[in-house]
Amino acid sequence: MDSILKTENLTISFGGIKALNNVSFEVEKGAIYSIIGPNGAGKTTIFNCISGIYQPNSGKLFFKGEDITYLKPYQVAKKGIARTFQNIELFSHMSTMDNLMLGRHLHMKTGVWRGATFLYKGSKAANEEILNREKVEEVIDFLELQAARNQFVINLPYGTRKLVELGRALALEPEVILLDEPSAGMNMEEKGDLMFSIQDIRDDLGITVLLVEHDMNLIMDISDRILALNFGERIAEGLPEEIQKHPEVLKAYLGEEEKVA
Amino acid sequence: MDIKRNYYEDIELFKSNTILVWSILFLIFLAFLPWLITTYRPLGLSIYIVNLITIHAIVAIGLNILVGYTGQISMGHAGFFALGAFTAVILIVRWSFPLWIALPIAGFVSSAFGFILGLPALRLKGPYLAIATLGFGMTITTIIKHMEFFGGRMGLQAPKLYLFGTPMKDIHYYYVIMIIAVLMTIGAVKLIKTRVGRAFIAIRDSDIAAEAMGVNLTYYKTLAFAVSAFYTGVAGGLYAFILGFINPESFHLIMSITFLAMVVVGGLGSIMGSIAGAALMTFLDIKLQAIQDIPAIGPALVIFSEKYMSIAGISNVAVIVYGLIMILIVLFEPLGIFGFWIRNKRYWKTWPF
Repeated sequence: MDSILKTENLTISFGGIKALNNVSFEVEKGAIYSIIGPNGAGKTTIFNCISGIYQPNSGKLFFKGEDITYLKPYQVAKKGIARTFQNIELFSHMSTMDNLMLGRHLHMKTGVWRGATFLYKGSKAANEEILNREKVEEVIDFLELQAARNQFVINLPYGTRKLVELGRALALEPEVILLDEPSAGMNMEEKGDLMFSIQDIRDDLGITVLLVEHDMNLIMDISDRILALNFGERIAEGLPEEIQKHPEVLKAYLGEEEKVA
Repeated sequence: MDIKRNYYEDIELFKSNTILVWSILFLIFLAFLPWLITTYRPLGLSIYIVNLITIHAIVAIGLNILVGYTGQISMGHAGFFALGAFTAVILIVRWSFPLWIALPIAGFVSSAFGFILGLPALRLKGPYLAIATLGFGMTITTIIKHMEFFGGRMGLQAPKLYLFGTPMKDIHYYYVIMIIAVLMTIGAVKLIKTRVGRAFIAIRDSDIAAEAMGVNLTYYKTLAFAVSAFYTGVAGGLYAFILGFINPESFHLIMSITFLAMVVVGGLGSIMGSIAGAALMTFLDIKLQAIQDIPAIGPALVIFSEKYMSIAGISNVAVIVYGLIMILIVLFEPLGIFGFWIRNKRYWKTWPF
């Protein structure tokens, strides 16, 4: 298997704090790759670097062998990398449908003139709109969001909003999807559904998944490989079983055993 | 509950036959409005006032695309309005363009400046953007005032236009303005419902997410300014002809703020609200100038102003009342007239429950 996403010595600091220090990893195509670590370990920072919101001080990012280190967010999206956010960043005054349609933005072409003059069935803009609505409908079916279809996002419960955000990223038809704590704020049942959704995203849609999560059960169940971070440093990388037993990881999560003299 | 059978029904202009019928009735009403006004003079309206309202409605729609939908503030729209007015007049006077070519060009000149103004908007937000656009509006009118090309301080006389050999009067302009306004309203409604409009709203609600979904912020923010300026420019061109004379002094800061007030009072992020806001604010502005004629409170206000106000007397009271009405609307209905409309619609839909 070849790697689809690769980072080399990613380093970024804010003020005096090194948020990421020489972090390198490689994600195989078709994998579910998780990043774990205590709060402030730099998990979200990695996502922000990949999606172009932050630009690293040094180091490189490759997507399918292509350097994407200094691309802007919308260019990264164009390459085929979609993401969700830790604190839901939905368009709250739009319906679920419109949120997902925004995810189709890159697949559409209608400009100002065509948009403003689209009045009849069969016009280019209408055809494009209908075609993309069908695609969105598939995503809605996939995530079972039918009930929320025409509701404003602001009126939806938290768990559903998380799903809408996931749907928006899927509507982009990406090759890699970055999920930043998708299960935060969900109850046990929703978490179970989400787990299957993530596996389906990989198996049925063939999308590589990068996951930042705090729920260890979920992580250990579905991840192919795991990267553990602490204070911006890579402390371990490997299969879930390896990570579970790794002394550095245990230390980071549980603290060090005090030596009794 | 109306059931949708295909995707097109979700996006067409007239979502149900009821809306289609009402729209046609409304258009017929608009066609007969001048006749109604000249025969019955309801509310003391004249065709000139209706023309002014319609022009302001075009501006308000344009400004709402920028402020209400894209979430970028502009306090310099009088500048675009002036640009449109002067471009249209100069094209017709100096190069004898016909009106139907001069107006779109006025719009495009204005939108070119809108594009330029959009560039600083990429880095500025909220109050900072307000100040930057404010500076733009003031600069444009000052430049126009001090260039002989634009008629300098004296301004320009708008040429008399002829329609089939007869000079155009208010009633002729009414139909020209109304047709343009209807077309531009439909254009705005459709634009907002399609890809570009969604990108605008996305930028307003969360620019980070919009960009992560592939929306080019640079392009769409400047585009919003350009589209907004286009609307304002076309409206400015029309304004020059119903006024008959344009003077740079008349495109002042207060005008920009009044435009903004129309949008806020009408309802941010609503095309119909923009029209309602423009109608209400323009109507009040004109009617309050004759505040002393209002029965019952009119004479009382005259006494008040004579007793406590120094210069300008009654026109001060008009401004105070105008301001008071704005405060009350924003205070009790943050969504403006549009919010009022939605609430009533919901009430009657569920009536009598």
